[in-house]
Order: sequence, then C-alpha cells, then structure tokens
Amino acid sequence: MSDADIKIVNLHARCEEKAILKGVNLTINQGEVHALMGPNGSGKSTLSNVIMGHPSYEVTEGEIWIKGQNIVEMEPDERARLGIFLAFQYPVAIPGVTVAKFLKSSTDATLGEKKKSATEFLKELRENMKFLEMNEAFLNRFLNDGFSGGEKKRMEILQMLMLKPCFAVMDETDSGLDIDALQVVSKGVNKLTGPEFSLLVITHYERILKHIKPDHLHVLIDGKIVMTGGPELVKELEEKGYDWIRQEFGQEVLV
Amino acid sequence: MPNLETDSKLVTDEYKYGFETLIQSDALPKGLNEDTIRAISAKKNEPQWMTDWRLKAYRRWQKMKEPRWADVTYPPIDYQDICYYSAPKRDGANAEAIDEEMARTFERLGVPLHERNALAGVAVDAVFDSVSVATTQKEKLAEMGVIFCSITEAIHQHPELVQKYLSSVVPVGDNFFAALNSAVFTDGSFVYVPKGLRCPIELSTYFRINAVDTGQFERTLIIADEGSYVSYIEGCTAPSRDRNQLHAAVVELIALEGAEIKYSTVQNWYAGDDEGRGGIYNFVTKRGHCRGRKSKISWTQVEVGSAITWKYPSVILEGDHSVGEFYSVAFTNKKMQADTGTKMIHVGANTRSTIVSKGISAGHSRNSYRGLVQILPSAANARNHTQCDSMLIGSTCSANTYPVIECENETAITEHEATTSKISEEQMFYIMSRGIDEESATSLVVNGFCRDVFKELPMEFSVEAIKLLEIKLEHSVG
Repeated sequence: MSDADIKIVNLHARCEEKAILKGVNLTINQGEVHALMGPNGSGKSTLSNVIMGHPSYEVTEGEIWIKGQNIVEMEPDERARLGIFLAFQYPVAIPGVTVAKFLKSSTDATLGEKKKSATEFLKELRENMKFLEMNEAFLNRFLNDGFSGGEKKRMEILQMLMLKPCFAVMDETDSGLDIDALQVVSKGVNKLTGPEFSLLVITHYERILKHIKPDHLHVLIDGKIVMTGGPELVKELEEKGYDWIRQEFGQEVLV
Repeated sequence: MPNLETDSKLVTDEYKYGFETLIQSDALPKGLNEDTIRAISAKKNEPQWMTDWRLKAYRRWQKMKEPRWADVTYPPIDYQDICYYSAPKRDGANAEAIDEEMARTFERLGVPLHERNALAGVAVDAVFDSVSVATTQKEKLAEMGVIFCSITEAIHQHPELVQKYLSSVVPVGDNFFAALNSAVFTDGSFVYVPKGLRCPIELSTYFRINAVDTGQFERTLIIADEGSYVSYIEGCTAPSRDRNQLHAAVVELIALEGAEIKYSTVQNWYAGDDEGRGGIYNFVTKRGHCRGRKSKISWTQVEVGSAITWKYPSVILEGDHSVGEFYSVAFTNKKMQADTGTKMIHVGANTRSTIVSKGISAGHSRNSYRGLVQILPSAANARNHTQCDSMLIGSTCSANTYPVIECENETAITEHEATTSKISEEQMFYIMSRGIDEESATSLVVNGFCRDVFKELPMEFSVEAIKLLEIKLEHSVG
C-alpha cells in the first residue's frame, strides 16, 4: 500500500449514544473510484461525516489513513487542507456571504502558500462555472441561500473543482437531480478523475454510476461493509434490492 | 523640556488602541459644582450666554435622576470623582513639541492630522480628552461654504447658528446624561453645509480619551441646509485602564428641506478586561431632526467597544416625505453590556423609516436591542420596517429585544421581523470542511450576518469595520 491510498480500518463511530459504524474496512487505492450503496439508515452518511470530521460523531475505534496520516483526531479544516473533500447531501446556507467570497476564502485556506492572485482565481472560477453551466450571477449570490436542490449540488461540485482534492466523498449528490443536472454534475466530477484523485460515491441509484464509472462497489448494511464487488454488482442490486444480501449474511446484518 | 515624556506605552496587545500618551495636561480638579462650570466656560473664553446656558443645564441636572431602566448593571457613579476638563498643556516653549506628540498619537490611531498626509476626500477633526486639537482641510471646505470646526470655535465664530440650533433637537432637560453634557461639554464638532451643496468631502471626527479619571463630554451639532448632503464619520478609542471612565455625548442633527445627513460611527472605546474591570461607560444621546420636506437622516453604527453602552440614535420625522434610517451592528464580548437601539418618531405624512439591527453576543456579555416606532395621528401613510436579529456565540452570553410600536394613524404600515440564532454547528462544519479554520469560519458567518449594515458604511470605513470585527472575534471563539 502506498501513502497515497486511502485506508479505513475497523472504523467504529457513534452519534450521541448510538453506535452507527460497527467496524468498517475499506481501501481505496490512489486514482480509483469506489461506490457505496446501502439501505436507509445503514450508516452511509455517517461514514462521510466521520471521514470529514463532523463534531457530532465520535470515533470509538479504528483508523482512517490518508497520505500516511491517521486523521481521526484532526479538525475538519485540517482534513480539508490535507486534500479531503465532502460533497454534502444537504449543503447549509451561509447568509450574507457571497459565493465569490466564500470560494476565495476556502481556496486561499486550502492552497496555503500556493494561493492564487485574485485575477487568476476569478479566471479559473469563471471557467469552472462555465463548464458546469452556471450563470455568472451566482458569484454574487449568498452561498446556498435560497438555492434550489440542483443549484446546491452544482455548487458542491464547483467547490470540488476549485479545491482540487486528492480524495472526495460524494454523499448522495445525485439525489433529487434531474437528468440534465445529473449529467452536468457527472461531467464536473469526471474532469477531476484521474491517477491523482480518489473518489467515494455514496448513492441509492445506479443511474449516477452510468456517468461516473466505479472500479469497485461496496454494500453497507448496519454499519458494516458486507459485500464488495465489481461494476456488475450495481445491476444486481438494482434488480434484487438489499434483501437477498441480508438473507445471505443472516441474522448478523439484519437491521 | 520638563515634565514631558514622548513615549507612549502599549497596555495590551488585544486592544491595540490601549496605549496612553504621556503628556502634561491642564486639568481642573475633580468634582462638579457651579464653579467648575464657570471655570470650564472661562477656560474656553465663552460668551456670557453660553455660561448662562450651561448653568441652567446644571441646575436642571441637579434635579434629575440617573436612568436605571436599561438592561445594564453597574455600581453607582460618583460624579464628584470625575475630572470634567483636561486639555493637553501648551505653553509657549513646548507648544510645538506637544503638537507633534498629538499628531503622532493620532497617526498611531490611523488618523493623519498633517495636511500633507491627509486622506484625500476626508476632513478630520481630532478631539483629545476635552478639546479639539486639529481640524484638517478647513480651507478647502471654507471655499465651498462648509463650516467644519470644533464646537468651541463655532461658539465664537458662528454664535447665531449655535444659538439657533443648539439643544433644538435634544433639549437641555431631555435626560440625565444630556443635561450633564449640556452643563459640562468641553468640545466636539460643528458642521454647517450651505443650501444646495453636496459636500464632496467626508467629514470625520476622531475622539480620544487619554487622561485618567476624566470624563469626555462631547457635543456635536450638524446642520444640513436646504437641498444639501453631507456624510459624517466618527471614530473613538481610549487607553486600557482598570477604572471606568464616563463618556456622555450629545449629538444633534438637523436636516432642512430636501437635505440629507449620513452619520456613521465606529465605536471602539476600551471595553474592560476579561473580568469586567475598567472600560468606558458610553452613555450617549444622539438624535436627528428631519425638519423639512423630503429630508433624510441615516444613522449607521458599529459598536464594538465600551464596558457599557446606552445609546439610541433616533430620528424625528417631522417633514412630510422625510426618511429615517438606523443600521446597527452591536458586538459584545467578555463582560460587556450593551443596551442600544433607536427611536423613529413619525410626525409628518408619508414619512418612512427603516431599522436594521444586528446584535452579536459572545463571552459573558449582555446585548439588548431597545426600539420605539411611534406613529403620531398626523403621520398619514407612514411606513416602518424593522429587522432585528441577534446572534449568540457560545452559551454564557445573552441577547434581548425590547421593541415597542405605537401607532395612532390607521393608514400607517409597520412591519417588525426578529430572529435570534446561534452560529450553528452545521454551518461551522460546512465552512471548516472547506479548509477554513474555526476563527475565520466564525468571522465569515458573523460578517455575513452584519452585511446589511456594513454595506451602508462609506467604502474604506466598511473595510475597517470588517477588520475590526474580525480582531474582536479572535478572542471570542473556543
């Protein structure tokens, strides 16, 4: 294993007193795209929040290794500066803070020494917005404030393009998107995919996986990854649902 | 050069204006009686009518009680333990050195007084303790017919204007602190903008309290004649000291027909230490009078200092179609207490007022909004919109709002919106997940929250205000 791989080892996490993740093991080699599926309540969003360091979740056991560092004790901003990105399922609004101001602050913070001049930054931002078919008027809107579901998701991908993470988690980015928006979002993600970028796509639906092709697919049930397969598994899940997996794994994985 | 040290010392890093200028001052002994008032008046070489006016105010004050209805607590103030007059001592030989020292103090505060360094487009009146020490760009303003000078100078040079307008908006007996100010006020700024002139220069006064146990009682009077416009800015700082100091100002604005006055304040008096020791008691009466038709008065305040703030910049909307505005950001931290807001008194028909108040409390502070919207029977079709938002940082502070609406004309429309929020964990997590640290994330949320007010400030001032709030927030997180 190289330092550039992402390795989650025996991860246990809880929210308040409730144990949600019960020993997740997952390795994403550098440059790979992995998909994570699973029924509601299985812990998918918890995993994404724990990877990013949400303060409401407590890691009780296990490790998350990225760039040769175990990040479980790090603050969310330190993780972001290490190159981790989370595309939120429900991005929150920050009233009074414009998209331009927010993106400048976040790119300056993550790029550190390498931060760009305002002109370079704006040029890159405009290019990315054009690529994601976003109107320039977005720059002066307040972040996620009054945005439609689709606009919020595009904004997440725009941030991802600007921050250029080495590892991104997309938490149900496809939920609630129409076909056109889904295509735009996928196009944005595929602009980043390559040998320097690892991705974990969390989803309920196979359709996004037609646009963003996973190398591996995992099924999370009751806080554990119970099945791992290749792209062919997507179709099987779509057709048969999760029950057959539950049956196969018996009592242990029943919710 | 005896008794004169030119070194200043920085008392605390956190409050970078906390240094003291070591300078010999010409001060009256502590205490207040009719002789004190006569002495102040004599020091300023005032005409008899002014002395009489002061004495009348003093007699009135003696019969008044200190207001205690505000949501603030502090020990009794001993009005005999305050020095009511302190001026930098200038006697022949060292006068120039003193002037240099004053200029250096103000440079350090970011207020250049030398004409050669003066900011283009801004004229400054600098008030040090009890006196105005310099006013810049006077000649340029005089050419346009604008009078911008200290109130002391105005009393001598323009007595007819002072007599006509002084206390015409805030009567001598308006309240305890206004009466006290009328009796002992020492300096402040005077502005007169002639008919039809849009003053192209921002007028600015910088108030500095330096001497120990000295109260600052400034008096500002601004008159915008028919069809004129003026933008006025005030800034305030004081050294960090462990004893409280009193600042009781009176500001009166008069807008005649079609005139507009924009008054902006960034108040950064020393706020006391973590334990609540020291800091300025900021008890201020500010009121504007839209006297003529279609006149407009707009108050914008950013209040980030003072141990206690008691301040309600108000507008009397007498002229038909006149407009009053109040935009406020009040930030409290540590053990600061702020009780601030506004009064909009609608007298004329078709008068409009807007109130936007943003209160942010952190530490162990207490932050209250108190507002009155009064629609008199004569104010047909009056309109008011009030937006009053509070934000809490941490769990040991508090925010209160006391809005009152009194409507006596059924054609009037008033709207009141209020929110109280905590910076949410989800907002913080979201921003931090983009690489921004906790302090900067807090500051981003707070600046966003205050945006509607900051955008009302003159450009450079708005940048300053945002920076200032960032510095203040640095010590409130975690």
